Amino acid sequence: MKNDWKKYIIVLFITVALFAIAASLSNFFADKKIAEMRSIQDKLAIDILSAETQFSLLSELSCEQGDGAENLSKELNELAEKISYSEANLKGNEEVTELKRYYSILQIKDYLLAKKINEKCKSNIIPLLYFYTTANNCTECTKQGYVLTELREKYPNLRIYSFDYNLDLSALNAMIRIYKIDDTKLPATKYYETLTERRHKDS
Amino acid sequence: MSVLLVIFYIISFLAVYVQVFFLVTFLENRKKINIRSTNITLDVYPTVTIIVPCYNEEKAVMLTVDSLLELDYPKDKLNIIVVDDGSKDNTWDVLQKYSNNSQVVLLQKENGGKHTALNLGIENSSTEFVGCLDSDSSVHKEALKRIMTFFLNEETMAVAPSIVVRDPKTLIQYAQRAEYDMSHYNKKMLAFLQGIHVTPGPFSIFRKRVFDEIGPYRKAHHTEDQEIALRMHKHGLKIDHCPDAYVYTSSPSSIPKLYKQRLRWIYGFIKNATDYKDMMFRPQYGTIGMFTLPSGFISVSGVVLLMLFTFSQIYSFLSRKLLQVKAVGVSSMFGNSFSFDPFFINTRAFLFISIILYILVVAALINGRRMIHGRKIFSWDILLFLTIFSVIAPFWVLKAIWNALTGKEASWTEERDYSFKQVTP
Repeated sequence: MKNDWKKYIIVLFITVALFAIAASLSNFFADKKIAEMRSIQDKLAIDILSAETQFSLLSELSCEQGDGAENLSKELNELAEKISYSEANLKGNEEVTELKRYYSILQIKDYLLAKKINEKCKSNIIPLLYFYTTANNCTECTKQGYVLTELREKYPNLRIYSFDYNLDLSALNAMIRIYKIDDTKLPATKYYETLTERRHKDS
Repeated sequence: MSVLLVIFYIISFLAVYVQVFFLVTFLENRKKINIRSTNITLDVYPTVTIIVPCYNEEKAVMLTVDSLLELDYPKDKLNIIVVDDGSKDNTWDVLQKYSNNSQVVLLQKENGGKHTALNLGIENSSTEFVGCLDSDSSVHKEALKRIMTFFLNEETMAVAPSIVVRDPKTLIQYAQRAEYDMSHYNKKMLAFLQGIHVTPGPFSIFRKRVFDEIGPYRKAHHTEDQEIALRMHKHGLKIDHCPDAYVYTSSPSSIPKLYKQRLRWIYGFIKNATDYKDMMFRPQYGTIGMFTLPSGFISVSGVVLLMLFTFSQIYSFLSRKLLQVKAVGVSSMFGNSFSFDPFFINTRAFLFISIILYILVVAALINGRRMIHGRKIFSWDILLFLTIFSVIAPFWVLKAIWNALTGKEASWTEERDYSFKQVTP
């Protein structure tokens, strides 16, 4: 009985080609997703810079901030969801980690701005810092994530800044030191009291 | 990358390889596939004996024998031997209708299994060709002549027909109709490659000397039709497939009956392939050793591993949902407004590989249907087949593997339902 070895090899090449097509399609869509996240991130960076500038310009005269805060919250949330999804589905992708680092810096900047606004004006924004870990299988972090997502949807003024404790970023490490976050007590949330609340407490 | 994902990729690669192999074979040979819609005439009509083994088939045996008597074949060249394998119902009484028919010989014996009934028929035949027809099947009246044209090639020792599901009524039967159409395609491609691993009970025809050379049927784990094909390959005997020799068969009408039938088939394959494992990866046995048997094992192990992979995905999804419910309550799963963002569509490679595999399977199904019925149809039963078999096939495969490992033999059980309306393709 004859074996058509040539055919076995041709079929092998076709199969490898089909797998290569599948891998290329997957990479193509992964690149598109990363590009989309980068685009949101760039827009976010501009919006934060614009908000900072607007605040600097107007802070001496009034607390008028316009309607940019709500949009900023939406953008931050959208990016958070997309980065979180990409982390789970584009495992090992360096670009996702880079985006996450950049996103963390943007969050810190926005947090500082929100804090300033709260100190000077009667702001509705309630900033909440959330530290989680990806180093081990942290079920409690996932649970906490669901709770915060739920809260964020219920209370639009709640602005949650989530940080991966294990992300190697000097600005984030400074935050961890300032708020004395212990890696054995993760997940951890830090709530920033608004000026109104502090006054209310004092009285 | 998880271990299961790596296994998924390996199994998918092999599964895609098998489908591409068939597709390339189809493209090479498609012009050789001849579907005859008109009556044909043979120059010579060789003598043929058709053996009908039956056990408790009082409801169906008349349909089977009558269809044989209606075959367009000279009556003096066609003998029918009906063997009652110790039926406990009225099969023998029903068969007496044919006691005065010169074409029909009735034999009765103690129950000993299908292979013993077939062997008794072979012993009592003296024709050049011998075939069998399960008593739950009936034949198209041109089927025998069409098959005999394949024996014009002196090297051809056996020819398998195309089995069509008779008068489907239930969803399970419609799903099987699509599956059978795909199996015609697979069988024809294997025939081109000389790698057919089964000469089905319904109407496979052999040169009588096959049995003289390699011996009679064996019990073969209740799948004697698989064993005889493997034994023929071992002796270098060629098996072909006649795509336009239609045989109509009753098919299981419910999931439990289908489960029992497939359990027997898969168990039989595993045991027979194990009995003939010395042919595996041996180039001297051609396609059967290098392709058919390995791809059979790939299918069996692939179904199980894909089920494990699917279950792990479902488990992981449900765990996440349970955690969400624990954290924020059931209402959180329904309360949020729905918004669609294509960003969240999974675009990992395994999704595209699964799509490629499904496209190849659907292409096989459509090619099979076109080959047999002469038209290209994408109908709902294809989706039904893909859905039902994807879900339930792993269970009978797992059970068959378990039975094979523990030595628990599958048996003939009530798998069929009878319907008496003949369907002409």
